[in-house]
Amino acid sequence: MAYRVIGRSPPRADAWEKVRGRPIYAGDLAMAGMLHGKIVRSPYPSARIVKIDTSEARALPGVVAVLTHAEVPQNALRMELPGRMAEATAGAVLATQPVLAEDRVRFQGEPVAAIAAETPEIAAEAAERVRVEYEPLPGVYDPAEALKPGAPHVHEGGNLLRAWHIRKGDATEALARADVIVEKTYRTPFVDHVYLETETGIGWIDAEGTLVLRVSTQVLEHFRDVAEVLRLPHGKVRLEGAYLGGGFGGKEDVTVECLLGLLVWKTRRPVQLVFSREESFIGHGKRHPYLLRYKSGATRTGELVAMEVELVSDSGAYAALSPWVLLYSLVTATGPYRVPHVKVDAFTVYTNNPVASAYRTFGSIQTCIGYEGQMDALAAALSMDPLELREKNFLRKGDRIATGQVLESEPMLGETMRRAWQALGPPREGDGPVRVARGLAASFTPYGRMCWTRDSASAWVGMELDGSAVVRCAAPDVGGGQTSSLCSITAEVLGLPVEHVAAVGRDSHFTPRAGTTTATRQLFMSGNAVLKAAHEVRRHLVDQAAEMLEAAREDIELTEGRALVRGAPDRAIDFSALVKAATAAGRPVQALDKYDAPSAPTIDPITGQGKPFNDYTFGTQAVEVEVDEETGQTRVTKLAACYDVGQAINRQSAEGQIEGGAVQGLGHALLEEVVLEDGVSKNPHLLDYKIPTTLDAPEIITILLESGQGLGPFGAKGIGEPAMTPTPAAVMNAVTRAARAPLTRFPLTAERVLAALKSQSASKNPSPPSGERAG
Amino acid sequence: MRLDFTLNNHPCRAEAPAHWTVLDLLRDGLALTATKYGCGEGVCGTCTVLLDGEPVRACLVLASRLRGRTLLTAEGLEDNGQPDRLQSAFARAGAAQCGFCTPGMLLSARALLAANPSPTEHDVREALAGNLCRCTGYTKIIEAVLAAAGAR
Ligand code: FES
Ligand code: FES
Repeated sequence: MAYRVIGRSPPRADAWEKVRGRPIYAGDLAMAGMLHGKIVRSPYPSARIVKIDTSEARALPGVVAVLTHAEVPQNALRMELPGRMAEATAGAVLATQPVLAEDRVRFQGEPVAAIAAETPEIAAEAAERVRVEYEPLPGVYDPAEALKPGAPHVHEGGNLLRAWHIRKGDATEALARADVIVEKTYRTPFVDHVYLETETGIGWIDAEGTLVLRVSTQVLEHFRDVAEVLRLPHGKVRLEGAYLGGGFGGKEDVTVECLLGLLVWKTRRPVQLVFSREESFIGHGKRHPYLLRYKSGATRTGELVAMEVELVSDSGAYAALSPWVLLYSLVTATGPYRVPHVKVDAFTVYTNNPVASAYRTFGSIQTCIGYEGQMDALAAALSMDPLELREKNFLRKGDRIATGQVLESEPMLGETMRRAWQALGPPREGDGPVRVARGLAASFTPYGRMCWTRDSASAWVGMELDGSAVVRCAAPDVGGGQTSSLCSITAEVLGLPVEHVAAVGRDSHFTPRAGTTTATRQLFMSGNAVLKAAHEVRRHLVDQAAEMLEAAREDIELTEGRALVRGAPDRAIDFSALVKAATAAGRPVQALDKYDAPSAPTIDPITGQGKPFNDYTFGTQAVEVEVDEETGQTRVTKLAACYDVGQAINRQSAEGQIEGGAVQGLGHALLEEVVLEDGVSKNPHLLDYKIPTTLDAPEIITILLESGQGLGPFGAKGIGEPAMTPTPAAVMNAVTRAARAPLTRFPLTAERVLAALKSQSASKNPSPPSGERAG
Repeated sequence: MRLDFTLNNHPCRAEAPAHWTVLDLLRDGLALTATKYGCGEGVCGTCTVLLDGEPVRACLVLASRLRGRTLLTAEGLEDNGQPDRLQSAFARAGAAQCGFCTPGMLLSARALLAANPSPTEHDVREALAGNLCRCTGYTKIIEAVLAAAGAR
């Protein structure tokens, strides 16, 4: 199918604003009389609050408010997907977190008091003068310890937050019959999102007395949370979505919203609240550390027969989205493979560590380390080419995943794997102490929410009298080009140049609800809503044109802002005249529409059987690494990624997601870890917490396959999260080959790689390296 | 304290408390918000500006050091209201995703191209090594700088 706009790479409208440094972010707006917010946070990961004395802080000139839990009308922030989780929650989890701590704190960085002052300096000084008397309590900092009898309870009711299970066939019996069995344990740490824009917002009260918050958020629906906390009618809080300086799931939970709303409401003045980088590190949700125990069995010829998996994630001090992150891990635990017998037990556990919650891939990145580590280990045990082993077991159309769901379209896994591997080019020799090796990982990541959340998105599309179009849709743009893709879809359907479509809004009051920019759902959901609305507008334009041009509807073509009669290009009318005539005739030139994702009941709580997600994105990444055997230093020199994206909407944006996701994944693989000592962060600064720079990022080759089989507009699939899923696993597999010893603990620091190299040279029976054959 | 300096090719007179950094002055004093706060400790590069043509971290330099000198921020890059070569190349290459690192990247890149009009890919990587980006994986940023150099 040839498209005019779809699949091309017109510069995004926001790109021009961004390169000009225009004030489009939440922190760029200042208002007359604006106060500056500052949060007082707990230095202890577990303590009782004996007393809070704010008198000295209040006495400081320039301080306007010092608020504690006593001033929060409803001091309970419910951490759930807004309005859509009740059914799935089934009474098990309704996690709440105080906005400001009352009698105890459960993690280092927990907010205790909120200050508003005339200048940032005064606010900071006031924060120093809030006297909080703590009585440190015993804490628990490791999920395994937390599950032991007698461990201190983080919350009443015990430390096991949630468990999920899969039972398919009889894994124990099948493993007993397997020809080879590989059993391994993998570990991943807390990881920070490190969006370059920290959590930021500004708030004020408008002419109608509505509390307005302009916030860097992925979720405009958090206006409801603020309203609940302030006990205001929902319609009295408005959230305006600014462009985000990065989100990656970290701006999915509430960040500044409630604290900011509280300060504005109490002071009746505009307030700006920007978390410092250190606060961003200690104060907000991270990626969950996982312990992954895998036992995989195969026949001598390499058919997988069974997998037993145990997953334990550290939820930190509050539930946040941990149960749902764990659910993604459950569903993806066995990877994109046919496994007849499966047993998965997954647990998420409270500790007094930082809160863990949503982070791009949402629990899929950890399991990929497990299932792809196992595939390479099985290949070594079978002396088989790891590509061949994968090819043999990849899911195909009509196969069932571990939850029993049948795949309704071809995942193209073999093709993504071969293309990615070949793109690395001819193998290369190492030099001196530098060993060169390659590895890959195939992956499987849902896009769109769990089926039982009955996800929906709305959008409005309308024509202006000059013949241009406007899209109204409350879909936050986190930088992936979400807004611009909605314009491209509209331009394609209406036959307009993409510059003649403007998206306005992203506002909980004034634009139709589109739901969150999370779960790789926005192109799928809002894209479909916009597509439906645009088609309706198109129908009206065609009707009007058919009447004016005295032609049959079927013969009307809309292109480049004109309606014309096919085969008779001189019979044409431009959109401006067409829209004016339609308006004069009382014909609608606008449409509000809604897209509902297909829904399904919750999966079975005991066996995990059912349809958890509507669809998945499949793809492979392959990497080449250099490992210095003297220092353990590891560099990724080349990375090739191949995915079926269904249909690229903006090709450059799709590539950009993959390149960016891969480099973020490289950070996870080699560098990144929030270092904790009994719940206290040892590296809450960018000086000590390193993310990849231009010198760490490799050459990246991106290959997009377009099956047209996705559920999004024009057959698109989501790519935002899938882009990152396989990277750490691919690097682990490559480094394991280079070191000729398994690396299973992330990040793969030079020390860990060196230790692996030493263990290999000390071992009497080194395992043979796997072949480097190209597929 | 009073400061006289050249800001984005125009004379500028500003008042600032003595403890303010260039970043404070730009964002809070002059409402020039292209220069971003990302860490406040000289690591992320989102606050990069050109002081007498040299890239510096606005969060580390005291505003008092501006006296008599020349400062360029991303707001000053445009040529007669039109995006300059680097800005256009960034927009066309898809080098700005969230865009938060973009102003700093543009200024580091501008300093590079002033010193070295035809850089290699490696030169570009070295010149931008102090500017973090969490979104793009750098590929399209590097492409954009090379494209802008080629367009000279
Ligand atoms: S804010 Fe100046 S280097 Fe990060
Ligand atoms: S584009 Fe987001 S940090 Fe660079």
